[in-house]
Amino acid sequence: MDDQRKAFKEEAYELLTELETSLLELEENPEDKDQIGRVFRAMHTIKGSGAMFGFDEIADFTHNVETVFDRVRSGQISVTRTLVNLTLSARDHIKALLDASDTEDTVDDSQAKMIIDGLQELLASSESDNADDITINEQHPSVEILTTYRIRFTPYPEIFSTGTNPLLLLNELKELGECTIVAHTENIPPLEELRPESCYIYWDIILTTDKDKNAIKDVFIFVEDDSVITIEAVAEEDGFGMTEGGHDKLGEILMKRGELSGENLEKALKSQKRIGEILVNEKLASKTAVKAALAEQSQVKKRIEQRTDLSSASSIRVPAEKLDQLVDLVGELVTVQARLSQKAVNQSDPDLVSIAEEVETLTSGLRDNAMGIRMLQIGTTFATFRRLVRDLSNELGKNIELTTQGGETELDKTVIERLKDPLVHIIRNSIDHGIELPETRRQSGKPETGTIHLSAVHSGAHVLINIRDDGKGLDPDLILKKAIEKGLVQGDEDLTEKEIQSLLFAPGFSTAEKVTDLSGRGVGMDVVKKSIESLRGSIELDSKKGQGTSINLKLPLTLVIIDGLLVKIGAGFFVLPLSSVEECVELPKETEVMKNGRHILNVRGEIVPYIQLRTEYGIRETRPAIEQVVIMDVNGKRVGFVVDHVIGGHQTVIKNLSKAFKDVEDISGATILGDGTVALIIDVNKIVKS
Amino acid sequence: MAIEGVVETSQYLTFTLDEEVYALDIKQVREVLDFTEITKVPRMPGFMRGVINLRGGVVPVVDLRLKFGLTKTEKKVDTCIIIMELTLDGETTRIGALADSVREVLNLEPDQIEPAPKLGMRLKTDFIKGMGKKNDEFIIILDIDKIFSSDELSIALENEESSYSPGQANETDDDQALRI
Repeated sequence: MDDQRKAFKEEAYELLTELETSLLELEENPEDKDQIGRVFRAMHTIKGSGAMFGFDEIADFTHNVETVFDRVRSGQISVTRTLVNLTLSARDHIKALLDASDTEDTVDDSQAKMIIDGLQELLASSESDNADDITINEQHPSVEILTTYRIRFTPYPEIFSTGTNPLLLLNELKELGECTIVAHTENIPPLEELRPESCYIYWDIILTTDKDKNAIKDVFIFVEDDSVITIEAVAEEDGFGMTEGGHDKLGEILMKRGELSGENLEKALKSQKRIGEILVNEKLASKTAVKAALAEQSQVKKRIEQRTDLSSASSIRVPAEKLDQLVDLVGELVTVQARLSQKAVNQSDPDLVSIAEEVETLTSGLRDNAMGIRMLQIGTTFATFRRLVRDLSNELGKNIELTTQGGETELDKTVIERLKDPLVHIIRNSIDHGIELPETRRQSGKPETGTIHLSAVHSGAHVLINIRDDGKGLDPDLILKKAIEKGLVQGDEDLTEKEIQSLLFAPGFSTAEKVTDLSGRGVGMDVVKKSIESLRGSIELDSKKGQGTSINLKLPLTLVIIDGLLVKIGAGFFVLPLSSVEECVELPKETEVMKNGRHILNVRGEIVPYIQLRTEYGIRETRPAIEQVVIMDVNGKRVGFVVDHVIGGHQTVIKNLSKAFKDVEDISGATILGDGTVALIIDVNKIVKS
Repeated sequence: MAIEGVVETSQYLTFTLDEEVYALDIKQVREVLDFTEITKVPRMPGFMRGVINLRGGVVPVVDLRLKFGLTKTEKKVDTCIIIMELTLDGETTRIGALADSVREVLNLEPDQIEPAPKLGMRLKTDFIKGMGKKNDEFIIILDIDKIFSSDELSIALENEESSYSPGQANETDDDQALRI
């Protein structure tokens, strides 16, 4: 029972999220019947399963909302802002009830009463002007039932003389739904007998539609008196049973009884002609008649296939921990596989090598698959922001529209979960500090409605997320003034605009003139930056005064496995993130000799600063004769890292370093190599900073 | 005299560091391993010897001799790594400790344990839960949670940095000046 309650709660939370999206959609397109239907169904499900699993309070409350939406669905109440507002607060109340259902907390009843009263009012007002609405009601049968019709249209020969073009009628039919048309031309006489003003053709039309028979009849309304029109609904089982059948075919029965061998049956079947061919050959049916019948068969078949597709493409619910376990196990497997590969190469046994390679392919497939299961679309997170933007902009008296793009971009579940808070913070900032009041916007020649644009896109092993607003942008002077006030900079430095903007990320920086309810509570962009960095991501800000601000987030697809470049320094192994490696070069001997107090490398005429990881990490083993420099892209700059040897690419399963090493900043984790030794993963961003 | 927190018979794992016998509450010991290759983690104090691969997990290893002001543990036949489980910043973690040898599991009654003397001890009395006595031999019972408290790890780090040997310090300074 507890499991069922849990399942219900999970389902209900999902429905509530969907409900929110639908409601916001409805606010924009109040006529959208689909969304109204969706809201109704969500409420209906919550009520029904709620009552079943003992959530009586929720069921009772939801019943009220459902009643109202039943009326909306039948067109008696129209969608208004008041209705959307009420339903949104009803949704919040249901969520509060759900949250409280497993705890001792009680939810404030007054809220519920207020919502119910509001809904009752809507109901009452709809009843008073019921009279006009009934007609609307009839016009919109909201439930979609698709039926397939077999239509034969035989126009009378003189149809052209009335100016009717049968093709237009057929086109009209096509608009009703999925349609296959077969023309019967066998009645066309030889040319010398043909009268051009007569119609010799008749049509068989197979139509799958959600309209009823009358709607089809309406198409033929002007010709039905003289033409022969038959419309029959096709029971889908008919067509299906004939071809595939629930019963065995004759040949199969004989085979099962052992009276016929499979070989002979096949031979017999080959010699057997298709029924269509036989009928045509025997002149029992015309070729076109067979063609029309086949068309009907294939359309019905297609419908049935679609239906089975729908039911089989369902999903199953799996607890998140099980997925985490799976990914952990796959991580271990990748480690073992690396060990196997190494061993195989050492043994120089070709058979073993080929097995190891096969295991490698399978493992990487399995890894991608396991990772893929954990991937979620970022769209659901985007959707929750619409509510945020709506509520906050109302509160502040601003007009803000949220547009999103790339909602189907997939990211690891953990990344998405931990991304939500920083994003909320950034969007709040945009609403609070970025977008101006409508009045101000008009004065500066912008449209009154401000826009916040959220987009996500894949880029290699990363996902780029962009949050852009067309608000007032950042004022460099104001930032600088504030930074000097807070003692973050002295004021006499010559800072570029970009450097000034990056001051926003300094701890304890908040430019809001006054502290509002929304943002500016001391936790600023530095927290955002920290959370993004903890996801191995980076954040960049770009702003033009008066034109808006754009924030770019770069995030890894997953946190568990990265592609790394394995290098060796002294006796120790280290891993550099392969995604930012640009090239590897040798460290020229003379560079080291004539260092002139600078660590600078000349790579094809380009100046690249480099870091000696050996001295950085205090490794004392003797240097090799030739050292390698790995040149990496660190925050848009090329930086070299000197190592002893570059060993090669390595599938790196990231293991967290123990808490005991929390003071080590430039090592982001460890991994276990094929032979069981531990390699440390270098965080290049941190090391360049220090 | 019995001391606070030790009220019932407990089992202890005894081990030696430089001829002296120490003990750990068996409840915190997970397993004892042979000495294996330790990967050094840069910029850590000397007593943090590095990390080892424990069946696919990464576990830090501490040199208790260095921590207690003795010389560095050298690999000998009996050298072991004792894997302990303890809570660090509210998280359960595994930490390995190097021991010159591991002896036995011992039952000690509460009356066999006395509080640590304030004087005459080489280590901080904070680290000692009590002194056990068995067959006229003193056993130092360690308070592992105190030794590996996160504060202790950080303090050690600072001390270590300030007591860097002059030669090394010069080298580092030099490099810092050269770096851009």
